[in-house]
Amino acid sequence: MTSALNARVPAGSLETKWTRHRSEIRLVAPANKPKHHILVVGSGLAGASAAASLAELGYGVSCFCFQDSPRRAHSIAAQGGINAAKNYQNDGDSIFRLFYDTLKGGDFRAREANVYRLAELSVNIIDQCVAQGVPFAREYGGLLANRSFGGVQVSRTFYARGQTGQQLLLGAYQALSRQIGRGKVRMYSRHEMLDLVVLDGAARGIVVRDLVSGRLSSHVADAVVLATGGYSNIYYLSTNAKGCNVTAIWRAHKRGAAFANPCFTQIHPTCIPPTGHHQAKLTLMSESLRNDGRIWVPRSRGDGRAPNEVPDAERDYYLERLYPSYGNLVPRDVASRRAKEVCDEGRGVGPGGHGVYLDFRDAIARHGRHVIAERYGNLFEMYERITGEDPYQVPMRIYPAPHYTMGGLWVDYNLMSAIPGLFVIGEANFSEHGANRLGASALMQGLADGYFILPYTIGDYLAQAKLAPADASHAAFRQVEREVDERVQKLLAAQGRRSADQFHRELGRLMWDHCGMSRNAAGLRQAVERVRALRQEFWEDVYVGGVGADFNQALEHAGRVADFFEFAELMCHDALHREESCGCHFREEYQTPEGEAKRDDERFGYVAAWEFTGVGNPPVLHKEPLTFEVVHPSQRSYK
Amino acid sequence: MDLTLHVWRQAGAATAGRFVRYELGDVSPDMSFLEVLDLLNQQLIGRREEPVAFDHDCREGICGACGMVINGRPHGPRAATTACQLHMRHFPEGAEIWVEPWRARAFPVVKDLVVDRSAFDRIIQAGGFITARAGSAPEANAIPVPKGDADRAMDAAACIGCGACVAACPNASAMLFVAAKVSHLGLLPQGQPERAQRVLRMVEVMEAEGFGACSNHGECMAACPKEISIDFIARLNRDYLTSVFRHQPSEEGPDPAEG
Ligand SMILES: Cc1cc2nc3c(=O)[nH]c(=O)nc-3n(C[C@H](O)[C@H](O)[C@H](O)COP(=O)(O)OP(=O)(O)OC[C@H]3O[C@@H](n4cnc5c(N)ncnc54)[C@H](O)[C@@H]3O)c2cc1C
Ligand code: FES
Repeated sequence: MTSALNARVPAGSLETKWTRHRSEIRLVAPANKPKHHILVVGSGLAGASAAASLAELGYGVSCFCFQDSPRRAHSIAAQGGINAAKNYQNDGDSIFRLFYDTLKGGDFRAREANVYRLAELSVNIIDQCVAQGVPFAREYGGLLANRSFGGVQVSRTFYARGQTGQQLLLGAYQALSRQIGRGKVRMYSRHEMLDLVVLDGAARGIVVRDLVSGRLSSHVADAVVLATGGYSNIYYLSTNAKGCNVTAIWRAHKRGAAFANPCFTQIHPTCIPPTGHHQAKLTLMSESLRNDGRIWVPRSRGDGRAPNEVPDAERDYYLERLYPSYGNLVPRDVASRRAKEVCDEGRGVGPGGHGVYLDFRDAIARHGRHVIAERYGNLFEMYERITGEDPYQVPMRIYPAPHYTMGGLWVDYNLMSAIPGLFVIGEANFSEHGANRLGASALMQGLADGYFILPYTIGDYLAQAKLAPADASHAAFRQVEREVDERVQKLLAAQGRRSADQFHRELGRLMWDHCGMSRNAAGLRQAVERVRALRQEFWEDVYVGGVGADFNQALEHAGRVADFFEFAELMCHDALHREESCGCHFREEYQTPEGEAKRDDERFGYVAAWEFTGVGNPPVLHKEPLTFEVVHPSQRSYK
Repeated sequence: MDLTLHVWRQAGAATAGRFVRYELGDVSPDMSFLEVLDLLNQQLIGRREEPVAFDHDCREGICGACGMVINGRPHGPRAATTACQLHMRHFPEGAEIWVEPWRARAFPVVKDLVVDRSAFDRIIQAGGFITARAGSAPEANAIPVPKGDADRAMDAAACIGCGACVAACPNASAMLFVAAKVSHLGLLPQGQPERAQRVLRMVEVMEAEGFGACSNHGECMAACPKEISIDFIARLNRDYLTSVFRHQPSEEGPDPAEG
């Protein structure tokens, strides 16, 4: 695999790399494009935009998703917005500034050239989406509006009310639908990819399960694109949809794709705290609330008073105290860690002490209720619907929750994984976000990958790949199908006493405690042991029920949980090996006297890409050194 | 709280279904309606019975996956609320609740509460888009859009495609769904070139999929979790009539992007 870890970053200055690369890479002749078939797994922003664009170019495309419609991919839930260096506000924004903010926000653990390209393409994305009819917010003059978002000093975020992800996804879904209608894309909804087929060293297809009939089938192609989203659901409780999983990328990893920085997981500071054991998922409250809300907890432990009865002098506005210049607007990782800290001290509020206040009292007094309602009305409503409390009257309670995974399959500059012919886009790849993603940048990345990068770079691969003809009757496909079937049967045969859901909750708790917002060596070692033991219990004691040849949601879930169990170990390994703190990866042993993350560029200035060596075996580490030609990594400071 | 649930159980499209009664204790008022189904399913699994199948994903009221008729109303009793966002504090202690799938010819039952809504996808495939090849878009601010139009387009675009409008309609009509998309795109300057074609093709497929006609009951708007206005249906009707007169489908040439 060593050779495969060449990032293939083109030569030349940062500003010219992508343009030059685009004009130098090989092309597939128009007449040859229809001869190439490409499988796109996933129909979120990344997958839908890629499938539509590839079909526009003339390739044959099949697209897969596990929901009943491609329009329901979890991108739909993104609220806040999408960044672009348009500088429409004339406030000094530029491609370089967006590039720099993203790289710094990621604590200098991303590839410089990729991040620059992302910033460069951000402007095309807005053009593309507007042309498709995405109803972005506008000013009275009819031009596009912007808002500001955490951690930056310019206003560059485009949005469609609180439903930006929905509108961007519907734009991509409609482009995809057009191609489906024209017969250029074959759509397989309610189909789950359960394995990757590698033939003569190249990715040539997938095995999927039809979730309605339970039937397994093989799909053959010249290249496979994974756009299957993030794996925050390993924690059980997260802001992700219930179906989000690691299955597709994990199984590709087992077939040879390196997994990069698996432990880089983002815990979002402003989510509604859990209310009890029944909790199935957590709901995000947009980060934009921190523009006007003030975060506090009581000064003393176990203060049982209602929030409005706590006088100002007895409140601790801890972010404002610790970070006088950024205050409540520090980046996500910092805000989350500090919230956990005050709760661990016993000063948390609400059920179980898992919460801090986000208070709009002062903002309402200053601007008036109507202004706050205009800005956040829909969020306040959502909060009230879930908690039954009125945030105009009592402060919101918030608590951090797993939200986004920066880790994912390793890809080179062309977005190709360590397996030739396997491309990975969107949240599923290890990303341009380094060790911490800034708000409004995931939507940007998914669409840059799908509309503007992959459609070119995949052509470079197809133009030179020498692929033998293959079909689903090939022994390699038969073999993988058999293995998938065996795994399904094994889950059904366990006939134990506990549901997959119970195991998932237990695993989630374990990962949250030991590989969550803060980590330490002893805890991680213990977690590896416990994950192994729990995994064994799972296979012996899980009860799935029903049969394989049917619509069986318990079986779907059990398969995903089984993969989380294998993957969990890798996450802990990665967190254990990285003896530094950076971005969201906070190792308690490595912090400054003020409790900030302490990076160690000397020893850990690299991407950790892991090679699979068997379940339960130690994975092998490959390093992609991160070299910075233009920026100089500095200690982040938000004081 | 304690509840009695009557849940529609149906093994598959070809088999008959029936209500099955379940008693459920230990329900917290903080639970969402889907968490109650989770609880029920965990108990069923514990008893080695088959859990209730239901579609769900985001559980935030935005993906449109969840959808079930609760006590005779799509998504249940609360206005502007999807089933996943409906909380049990809105039900009285000891409530008796009937849960069944969307009922419409165009949405055949897959299993229990799960139906096949792919007809919606096919309507969009027929014309619910603006053709804009990646790479060919003009500068975004080149075409200003009056804020009022943009806001109105966004009101229509908020549709989550859950199908509650169809389930609520006595004729199982999909007019609100189609109207929302036709209006969203038709209100924007970018949507003008394909406006006539779009409405004709979408309506044609809507009819072919077996959705009923609209007779202005207005139940759709009342059931819509995003409160999409029935005014958009009037707009659709206007657009449709204008397009029929101006633009016979048979006159259309082949898709220029074809080939
Ligand atoms: C609540 C929330 C709010 C957010 N807000 C913002 C925001 O304001 N701005 C921002 O930039 N980012 C935001 N993000 C992050 C951003 O939404 C996601 O990172 C991004 O949308 C992921 O897109 P994707 O295309 O990679 O994956 P997804 O949209 O998750 O799509 C994954 C696709 O893969 C399919 N799939 C998965 N596994 C399989 C399988 N095994 N077989 C077949 N198909 C499979 C699914 O069906 C789906 O179609 C938010 C995230 C959340 C959770
Ligand atoms: S589960 Fe997504 S809308 Fe209800």
